[in-house]
Amino acid sequence: MPKDTGIGASMKRREDVRFLTGRGVYTDDLALHGQTYAVFVRSTVAHGRIKSIDTSKAAAMPGVLAVFTGEDFKDVGGNPAGWLINSRDGTPMREPKRPVLAHGKVRHVGDAYAAVVAETYAQAKDAAEQLAADSVIEELPAIIDMKAAVADPSNRVHDEIPDNLCFDWGWIEDNRAAVDAAMKAAPHVVTLELVNNRLVPNAMEPRASIGEYNPGTGDYKLTTTSQNPHLTRLLVAAFVLGIPENKLTVVAPDVGGGFGSKIYHYGEEALVLAAAKKLARPVRWTAERSESFLTDAHGRDHVTKIELGCTKDGQILAIRTETLANVGAYLSNFSTATPTFLHGTLMAGPYKVPHVYVNVKTVFTNTAPVDAYRGAGRPEATFSLERVIDKMCRELNLDPFEVRRKNLLTPDQFPYTTPVGLVYDTGNYHATLDKAMQIADVAGFEKRAAESKKRGKLRGMGLSTWIEACGIAPSHLVGVLGSRVGLYDAATVRVNATGNISVMTGAHSHGQGHETVFAQIVAEKLGIPESSVEIVHGDTSKIPFGMGSYGSRSLAVCGTAMAKAVDKIIAKGKKIAAHMLEASEGDITFENGKFQVAGTDKAKTFGEIAFSAYVPHNYPLETLEPGLEETAFYDPANFTYPAGAYICEVEVDPDTGKVDVVAFHCADDFGNVMNPMVVEGQVHGGVGQGIGQALCEFTAYDENGQLLTGSYMDYPMPRAEDVPFYNVDYSCQTPCTHNPLGVKGCGEAGAIGSPPAVVNAVIDALHRGGHTHVTHIDMPVSPSRVWSAING
Amino acid sequence: MHNFDFAKPSTIADAAKALAADGAQALSGGQTLIPTMKQRLAQPTVLVSLTGIKEMQGVCMGDGGLHVGAATPHAVVAKEARAHYPALADLAGGIGDPAVRSRGTIGGSIANNDPAACYPSAVLASGATVVTNKRKIAADDYFQGLFTTALEDGEFVTSVIFPIPQKAAYVKFNQPASRFALTGVFVAKFASGVRVAVTGAGNDGVFRWAEAERALSADFSASALSGLSVDPAGMISDLHGSAAYRANLVKVLTGRAVTAAG
Ligand SMILES: Cc1cc2nc3c(=O)[nH]c(=O)nc-3n(C[C@H](O)[C@H](O)[C@H](O)COP(=O)(O)OP(=O)(O)OC[C@H]3O[C@@H](n4cnc5c(N)ncnc54)[C@H](O)[C@@H]3O)c2cc1C
Repeated sequence: MPKDTGIGASMKRREDVRFLTGRGVYTDDLALHGQTYAVFVRSTVAHGRIKSIDTSKAAAMPGVLAVFTGEDFKDVGGNPAGWLINSRDGTPMREPKRPVLAHGKVRHVGDAYAAVVAETYAQAKDAAEQLAADSVIEELPAIIDMKAAVADPSNRVHDEIPDNLCFDWGWIEDNRAAVDAAMKAAPHVVTLELVNNRLVPNAMEPRASIGEYNPGTGDYKLTTTSQNPHLTRLLVAAFVLGIPENKLTVVAPDVGGGFGSKIYHYGEEALVLAAAKKLARPVRWTAERSESFLTDAHGRDHVTKIELGCTKDGQILAIRTETLANVGAYLSNFSTATPTFLHGTLMAGPYKVPHVYVNVKTVFTNTAPVDAYRGAGRPEATFSLERVIDKMCRELNLDPFEVRRKNLLTPDQFPYTTPVGLVYDTGNYHATLDKAMQIADVAGFEKRAAESKKRGKLRGMGLSTWIEACGIAPSHLVGVLGSRVGLYDAATVRVNATGNISVMTGAHSHGQGHETVFAQIVAEKLGIPESSVEIVHGDTSKIPFGMGSYGSRSLAVCGTAMAKAVDKIIAKGKKIAAHMLEASEGDITFENGKFQVAGTDKAKTFGEIAFSAYVPHNYPLETLEPGLEETAFYDPANFTYPAGAYICEVEVDPDTGKVDVVAFHCADDFGNVMNPMVVEGQVHGGVGQGIGQALCEFTAYDENGQLLTGSYMDYPMPRAEDVPFYNVDYSCQTPCTHNPLGVKGCGEAGAIGSPPAVVNAVIDALHRGGHTHVTHIDMPVSPSRVWSAING
Repeated sequence: MHNFDFAKPSTIADAAKALAADGAQALSGGQTLIPTMKQRLAQPTVLVSLTGIKEMQGVCMGDGGLHVGAATPHAVVAKEARAHYPALADLAGGIGDPAVRSRGTIGGSIANNDPAACYPSAVLASGATVVTNKRKIAADDYFQGLFTTALEDGEFVTSVIFPIPQKAAYVKFNQPASRFALTGVFVAKFASGVRVAVTGAGNDGVFRWAEAERALSADFSASALSGLSVDPAGMISDLHGSAAYRANLVKVLTGRAVTAAG
């Protein structure tokens, strides 16, 4: 019987009551007394020198309260990169300053170089238009193509960086010679050049920020669309504006999706705070959709050459990759970690590969900054690897399922140290592969293909066996890898006198369902109903600390901190119970919400203990503090390693090149599952985004750096009709060995594992249709690209 | 958006008067005009809504065929034209999304004459008559290139009269982002012959494919097209498809439209 409450129950999401009835409260919903409106003046050229900005006319326009330019922020700090990466030669990466407003130069279309604050939005907009007309910007040649950027030392995004190179990273540099030798000795080498297409995150809610300042106390408040308010507070306070951390509160209320793009601190947040201080009035800004396209940190954008050395029967011997990774015009907060430690470390996949070497050159261009986007680095690694393995199978005429079976790690090999620096703790990759093949009815494929053929369609099947490292992250490890922050988390469990509970967590839910799932865990551990547990998140004034939600870390890291805080509550409860029941602490058991003297019927309920903690009349006050509130910080010992096997079936219309995903099967190992319905939802969303990347989405800049796909007229988002009903299985569970819940994380899996499954299926369909000259099609595998590949 | 005045006349004559004012512009469903104004790319001083004029609303049979009021939303055409001209109803029902279909109108669509819009193909393939506040214009004379029509200053569409073909179908291949027509083909078979109009593909907007019309007039079957080819010169080439790709789609979709027409 499936449970209907507690851990493992598919409880409906309590947050959906407010989301689905229009009662969510997002940043733009807040109306503040005396509020004013900020509008940004954004560069219309990709690269230009700011010659002059005449603010006088704009400043004199009706309703205008203040005008800001880069000049006003030239003495404050820049928005920093969170990871320091060293090049192969040991030199540190180049780190240009990322100012609040562009100063001296503008570096991408959309780069804000001035801002206007006015009484109304329309007045601010009018004045911004005037300010743009009164600005003289000398256009410089745009640097868009990565290969050209590194080849031409004369044209520079940042004047002080000669070859537009941020770093040239080798992983692991010491292994390079051995990998080269293994590649040379390999009986067969497969080479594939591919592009991992740049994506615009397109969260449903655009970015929005409100700054407030109280001149009476000197307190600042930033309400903003953030996935991690504490990190934003740290960046704004310590690095950019120099506000004491204790004078700044950051609140991220309901947030309508982020997918990574709302991890980072953006200049608009600093501006509304600085403006609020200057005016002593609230200053608000909400991005228009076109601003989101131009300025949200984009994702992916890798150009990769991957080589795979193998035996003729498909045993992988060596893997070597060379990647150009676009970071855009400035370093966003995680931008240097994404193409390196979230990418290179995954290049062995779930396979036993003795030799792996990864080279990544990270390049500045006159485009929007690029940073982590759902999956972040791991989709890029998985795509390269799963595509090249598919190509190997075709070149050597091998069965892709058998080849995976031959190379996958086996359960007896854990813990397994990869040649790219990770230690996989546990897994059973053969089990998920078998499960996927079973639920996909691989055996029945030929029959389905024959039926498709009758309708003039080419049917193909694609496989991807993926792994990721998430539960970000063990601080000691990421510290060695260059992280400038720790990546532990924290939670406070506050038991109120009446026995109900507030849990303050450092995770931030912007669609994931934490408010439901976290409550299920706490309720089960304490033997109380879920309705007695409230999950509080997104407010630095209420929460002890936290690094937010991304990298599939919320449950594995924040959830573990919460579970540990609950354990402390139980431990203290036992002390109180021992006193009240006149027994020794060691004899007290806690089960189903009852503290009991073992072997007797003497017991106190959880509620009675809570009451006693707050009304300590019969209480060991000499040895124990009153109250029942505990905080735990948790730093994971290792990453978690979800893995799985995805099988995609497509039908290709050879006349138009249109691809329909007709079936998608997922067999995932997420370790223990807390709420199956929420897990399925996460997989659905992730696979949907992966299909979007594989079939629809792309970001095009022209040679002048104009964003050609800057609206939904040209940026193809996947729609319901583009995705099938997913077949999701998570029954193969190898619990994580180093967190008490045994959980691994499921938020990014779908977006990581699915793109290669889709593309492999398309190539399979074309080969079955006789178009065997097609060895690869870059994403998105759009109708026109497929048709051109068939006819090219 | 800049400030503007708003007028909502209830007769064609009053609308004509209002539109004579300096900087006045017609507003129908607003699905194109309002976003353009929001982006500050259009700044009319007076918006004259045509949606309050009774004679410009609705679908009915009359002289010369099916009369569709210019201010009739797509959703209404999708429903009410079905009994008379199913292919036209299908086309209307495949435009945009429910919100767009509830507001967007045939008059706005053919006045705007977006090269990727659906309606121009139906108007041209049907040999329809575009009725304005001043005159009647044959479809063949009405469409004059990208976003260009025979409409003169102060002239606006009041209705469109569609002769009813014996058989017809519209097949649209979606542009992957906007879901307008990357290419769309409307085929209409009349006693006098077959008309084939192509939207989304041509550099000069909607056009008739004369070769296919000849072949299909002789033999109304998809196989009649097999020997034909479409010259990519003159086809649109953009992010979503090359000229060669569109030329291929023209042929493929024409064949599918013929098959769908039955
Ligand atoms: C999301 C979205 C998806 C869409 N998808 C499609 C699609 O798939 N296929 C498709 O064909 N279209 C599509 N459209 C366009 C839409 O269907 C309308 O046809 C189009 O926007 C114009 O009609 P309207 O009534 O909204 O005109 P408006 O926006 O009101 O006006 C458009 C222009 O025509 C002028 N005008 C309006 N009425 C008249 C008149 N009677 N006489 C003279 N001039 C007039 C206006 O002054 C303005 O210049 C889409 C639009 C949107 C927003």
